[in-house]
Amino acid sequence: MSITKKATVFAVGFGLVALPALAACGSSDSDGGSGSGGGSKTVTLVSHNSWAVSKPVLAAFEKQSGYKVKVLEDGDAGQAVNKAILTKDNPQGDVFFGVDNTLLSRALDNELFQSYEAKGSDRILDEYRVDQDKHRVTPIDTGDICVNYDKAYFSEHKLTPPTSFDDLIKPAYKNLLVTENASTSSPGLGFLLGTAAKYGDDGWEGYWKKLKANGVKVVDGWEQAYNEEFSGSAGGKKAKAERPLVVSYASSPPAEVIYADPKPTTAPTGVATGTCFRQVEYAGLLSNAENAPGGKALLDFLLTKTFQGDMPLNMFVYPVVKGAQVPEEFTEFGPQAKDPETMDPAKIADNRDDWVKSWTSLVLK
Amino acid sequence: MDLARTEVAEAVPRKGRARSAAVRLGLVAVPVAFFGLFFAYPVAAIVARGLKVDGVWQFGRLTDVLGEPDIRHVLWFTTWQALASTALTLLIALPGAYVFARFDFPGKQVLRAVVTVPFVLPTVVVGTAFLALVGRGGLLDELWGVRLDTTVWAILLAHVFFNYAVVVRTVGGLWSQLDPRQEEAARMLGASPLKAWRQVTLPALAPAVAAAALMVFLFTFTSFGVVQILGGPTFSTLEVEIYRQTSEIFDLSTAAVLTIIQFLAVGAILAVHAWTVRRRESALRLVDASVTARRPRGAAQWALLAGVLAVIVVLLLLPLAVLVQRSLDAPDFGYYRALTSADGGVFLVAPIEAIGNSLQYAVVATLIAVLIGALAAAVLTRRDAGRFVRGFDALLMLPLGVSAVTVGFGFLIALDEPPLDLRSTWILVPLAQALVGVPFVVRTMLPVLRAVDQRLREAASVLGASPWRVWREVDLPMVRRALLIAAGFAFAVSLGEFGATVFIARPDNPTLPVAVARLLGRAGELNYGQAMALSTVLMVVCAVALLVLERLRTDRTGEF
Repeated sequence: MSITKKATVFAVGFGLVALPALAACGSSDSDGGSGSGGGSKTVTLVSHNSWAVSKPVLAAFEKQSGYKVKVLEDGDAGQAVNKAILTKDNPQGDVFFGVDNTLLSRALDNELFQSYEAKGSDRILDEYRVDQDKHRVTPIDTGDICVNYDKAYFSEHKLTPPTSFDDLIKPAYKNLLVTENASTSSPGLGFLLGTAAKYGDDGWEGYWKKLKANGVKVVDGWEQAYNEEFSGSAGGKKAKAERPLVVSYASSPPAEVIYADPKPTTAPTGVATGTCFRQVEYAGLLSNAENAPGGKALLDFLLTKTFQGDMPLNMFVYPVVKGAQVPEEFTEFGPQAKDPETMDPAKIADNRDDWVKSWTSLVLK
Repeated sequence: MDLARTEVAEAVPRKGRARSAAVRLGLVAVPVAFFGLFFAYPVAAIVARGLKVDGVWQFGRLTDVLGEPDIRHVLWFTTWQALASTALTLLIALPGAYVFARFDFPGKQVLRAVVTVPFVLPTVVVGTAFLALVGRGGLLDELWGVRLDTTVWAILLAHVFFNYAVVVRTVGGLWSQLDPRQEEAARMLGASPLKAWRQVTLPALAPAVAAAALMVFLFTFTSFGVVQILGGPTFSTLEVEIYRQTSEIFDLSTAAVLTIIQFLAVGAILAVHAWTVRRRESALRLVDASVTARRPRGAAQWALLAGVLAVIVVLLLLPLAVLVQRSLDAPDFGYYRALTSADGGVFLVAPIEAIGNSLQYAVVATLIAVLIGALAAAVLTRRDAGRFVRGFDALLMLPLGVSAVTVGFGFLIALDEPPLDLRSTWILVPLAQALVGVPFVVRTMLPVLRAVDQRLREAASVLGASPWRVWREVDLPMVRRALLIAAGFAFAVSLGEFGATVFIARPDNPTLPVAVARLLGRAGELNYGQAMALSTVLMVVCAVALLVLERLRTDRTGEF
């Protein structure tokens, strides 16, 4: 879209829409310094709305680097990636954090990022490394999408909680599981990919037929599934929810402990460790970033032990570098799955849309 | 045009007429520019991104997409559920409109404000509360074993919950200002009560009923959160599908086609509506609302009042009460106390600060909406307005029929270069909220403005008043009440707006609904409890704002 065309539209419009507020916002923006050129001391991070960091940790980075960090949150993970792609010629910020392995190829194919090998990359655990020749993205965190169970329900009914994908299709667990729509929810998609990784291109559809016959319930988003349908969550208890199995995260049980008052000694929910799909989130320096040096410093910071150790209790994810501290609640209530399902981002890229389409007609229709 | 008016018009000095034409052009230019810049241009930009490949429009995609059975199913469901929701809302809310307009009873003002609250609550929260009423283990389930959570009835009832106030406010607002003596006169001349109502009140009320029905239809036709939460993935509206195609599947061309379809559908409905309303308009005799309402008389009227109150309690207040109850489900207001501390985690600031942000955004959005909306309404009032101007009436409603995702993406890719680089400025939020507020302002103002007797204005002109003075001395006193109602609506809508705000709000100043959504997006009792507490706060802030407004306007009724 040409600048001149925009300028014309603007010139016609502005004289008429001379809102005082508009003028005010212009000046406040220049105070923030985001509009100025390469020498800017503000670095802008674009992320999804799960981004979180402790204030002292961020303040320490700002003090040490001399950059002021501005954060822009762009809705949920999928939205944020798509928005970043749409605006890549004139990006909203310098660094994007939060593209995961299910969407990585979309970001790379659309040339969202430029190459930069962050300091500390050598400490990243081997299993999380991707794009090693170009270094367009840096892994930052990881987490497992797993079936959670309501401990109280299973002890009341003297039933062993399921531990694997195979268990979920057994008659004992009929009508107990609620999951998310794979086309609208990232845990929903993760669970679908987990079954595809487990049973292969030819087997996953058969598995879902059995799962459907065993009464799996599908809702659109994680909030509904977890807070309204799952009997083990705090919200679900209040909503008198009926389903003791839900597709959520391995870090949900520790969250149930940490965000309870008073804190219980044990988590009310557990994780079916054989049902996990591993999600990895990446960050990268945006192509056309205005403040590339600042962006590079920020990427370095995201790999420091301080930030990596700060993440778990803020974003409920695990670090990806060696030696970063993992809080006790995590190791105790939500240990990482030993052998989670994984999938090459390239394979996800090739199949994602087809799988989701088949899944939709198979499960929802 | 009758003879007298022609003569008056001829008597206006030629120079004055030329000046008034210039003024009118100036007036129409402001809303046109506003909608051009902040609505048409961004939406056109995102549609073009989806449908233009290498500079060539791919209109063939239209037939491709329409040929898909899934899409046709979505279209069919979208339409029929909207029709059913509108009919049900009118059925349930029209008696309410009558009761609020004509009866005087203790607590009426509070109740009028309270019934408006559902309209502005974020759907995520309402869905959660509503399920507690009609879902599993809900009140109806416990009492009679009635569960509606997997049926389309839950969607329809939730639509009534959200839109009850639209009917009560739009229809009731005008109804309360209709002179009851006209109907009484018809009765004295021998008409039966029904006939008197049908021939006197109904024609006067029809434009307002049509306007209300149209709004409810628009909201339910473009319903997103309600359908998503209560209907689950098996029910999908056009709006939900646009969201999926844009935001999840990233199929911009399908999304663009669906946006165009929704646009055309909404545009067609609006055109028909504009046509019907124009045919029905007549100069109404408006009186002060406080003299038309009186205490109910006789068993029938008391029964009607009781029935309306019962509906309000069960359908509107109970879900809200569930929210309050859940927010209090910790000792010593624990969830509320937690709102005041920044834990450094989910929020960079204490969640409670979202209230201040929301209020600031809403004030700016209301100012913009009232300014643009009032100017548009003033232009549209002119009886001699050309066809172009009258078409503009319908165009102003379009933002209500276009998905927030489309507008949000459009803002991003259109308003991204100097001199109009607004992507990361706070003004985007009030601008997006004002887009949704303007139609409310126009719809509330227009019936009243049009009801002002044109001869009053002409007489003032003949006596030498400038157009500005005519407006100030003739129109303003008549419409001040409508202006306040309009401002209240715009304000409340801004407070609760979620779809566009979540897309463009900045994390260091989240609005209330955005903060609620973030809390609900996290596991753990404290997060859930805080979400409920914050929703309750949003509810109370809305109710108080609307209540203040109610007071404001009754204090001024003496001027009428």
